[in-house]
Amino acid sequence: MTTKTVNTKARTRARNADKIATVIIVALALSIVVILIGLLGFILFRGLGHISWDFLTSKPQTIREGGGIGPPLFNSLYLLVLTMIITIPLGLGGGIYMSEYAKPGKITGFIRLVVEVLSSFPSIVIGLFGLLVFVNTMGMGFSLLAGALALTIFNLPLMVRITEQAFASVPREQKEAGLALGLSKWKIITSIMLPVAIPSLVTGTILAAGRVFGEAAALLFTSGMTTPPLNFSDWNPLHPRSPLNPLRPAETLATHIWKVNSEGLAPDAIQIAAGASAVLVIMVLIFNLLARWGGRTLYRYMTASKRMN
Amino acid sequence: MAMPFSTEDLSVYYGEYQAIKNISLGFPAKTVTALIGPSGCGKSTFLRSLNRMNDEIAGARSTGHIWMDGIDLASPSTDVIKLRQRIGMVWQRPNPFYKSIYENIAFGPRYYGIKNRKKLDEIVETSLRRAALWDEVKDRLKESALSLSGGQQQRLCIARALSVNPQILLLDEPASALDPVSTGKVEELISELKSDLRIVIVTHNMQQAARVSDYTAYFYLGNLVEHGETNKIFTNPEKNSTQEYIMGRFG
Ligand SMILES: Nc1ncnc2c1ncn2[C@@H]1O[C@H](COP(=O)(O)OP(=O)(O)O)[C@@H](O)[C@H]1O
Ligand SMILES: [Mg+2]
Repeated sequence: MTTKTVNTKARTRARNADKIATVIIVALALSIVVILIGLLGFILFRGLGHISWDFLTSKPQTIREGGGIGPPLFNSLYLLVLTMIITIPLGLGGGIYMSEYAKPGKITGFIRLVVEVLSSFPSIVIGLFGLLVFVNTMGMGFSLLAGALALTIFNLPLMVRITEQAFASVPREQKEAGLALGLSKWKIITSIMLPVAIPSLVTGTILAAGRVFGEAAALLFTSGMTTPPLNFSDWNPLHPRSPLNPLRPAETLATHIWKVNSEGLAPDAIQIAAGASAVLVIMVLIFNLLARWGGRTLYRYMTASKRMN
Repeated sequence: MAMPFSTEDLSVYYGEYQAIKNISLGFPAKTVTALIGPSGCGKSTFLRSLNRMNDEIAGARSTGHIWMDGIDLASPSTDVIKLRQRIGMVWQRPNPFYKSIYENIAFGPRYYGIKNRKKLDEIVETSLRRAALWDEVKDRLKESALSLSGGQQQRLCIARALSVNPQILLLDEPASALDPVSTGKVEELISELKSDLRIVIVTHNMQQAARVSDYTAYFYLGNLVEHGETNKIFTNPEKNSTQEYIMGRFG
């Protein structure tokens, strides 16, 4: 009799707690969505009106009205490519090593710790490190290369983790099947596991790219805040005026927004910052959509399957 | 008089724990040997040690010999990769590669150096035919292996194992995750394949052991309790514990 009532009471209490928790969690989730949509809406609302073909392609102006964001936009994309060219092989190598070769032990634990500490470093510190090491000591000056290296430091821990997780989530049976066929470990990694890991790799990489694309603090002191006059008909990376020259300084979209906002002299500085912010947000959104779509498409292609799962 | 394929005093340890205790067991050509025994008695461990898959498990080690044509496969100097080409393996849960049906079969042979497209096509067809799957998939070779049913996937895995022409096939409960019809097909397949292969099969199903095997080995707690012709083991075993296990499983 008594145990029964106690049981019922306890159950009612548990059910109530469950309900309250659900309400709180749903409310929190909803408020996050509202904040996100509000933020996005605000940025797009303020900036979209200012975006035009001319705005996207013309040069910034220092004092006069009507400056555009052509070179910074190009710089952002080019810097992203440079960064990824360095980061992807290093990140893949490190992640594959951690997931497939490293034996659990002190060294692996230490590497993991370093990766973790590195990924929680404030990006401004990485920027200062870049200034000290790449720009000054190594004599690169303010340059795309120095920026790309700083962004690599910023991004590498994430790439290593993405790769490690992508490989760790490949079913063990796949590896076993390869071993039983007599395939070498390397062959199994590259031909059996990689195709299975590709969707998470691509998704993770593009998301990381979005993070790099929006980064400003690490670049202020590495790739610099200016862009020399560029000759967009000269694509030889060795020429000083070429947009592809990795040793020239380059302000990116994010650093440009920072500069215009803090020290812009042009009368339309506020609109330019708003327009550039909207472009930045749209680009990052595109990265996110690409991440979802690209991963799925590649998966289908690599595994010959018609649909996911 | 060592047989062309046999183990001699084979022991397997996981750390301190001895999972296989000094087992000497031979596998005559063109026969199917069934390994039976309660869960955890070491059947899978024994099977995995035959193609050195246990090497991949951290903390696992073995002592003793595995003889194949006079070579000791258990010796550290044996080329594991070559050995595994000669010994195919199929597991309980089908594990086709996340690739097309064609690629699942062609992958191994291509890795071993066959680049000629026609030759590969031929290998794919013969392997699938030997695994009794060809008629069901010949029009959809480019489709993902994952689009096949569980039973078909398992036969695909057998075909994949056959694609590199092994002399021995190790099967670890290959039908226990399948429906009765697929199980029947796999059993039929085993009986056909033994004409040119040695087959070692782990099974929990006594009817299955009786149907497909020529020899049966009864394992208990890492020991080989009894080994002999399947007929004899099932009708007139020497050890009481064998009889009890088999009767219990049939009941
Ligand atoms: N990877 C492993 N690590 C440690 N112990 C294991 C491992 N695999 C199996 N064992 C142990 O070895 C014994 C035999 O297991 P197994 O060969 O899987 O038996 P069976 O296939 O007959 O069910 C069991 O006691 C099991 O717990
Ligand atoms: Mg088992």
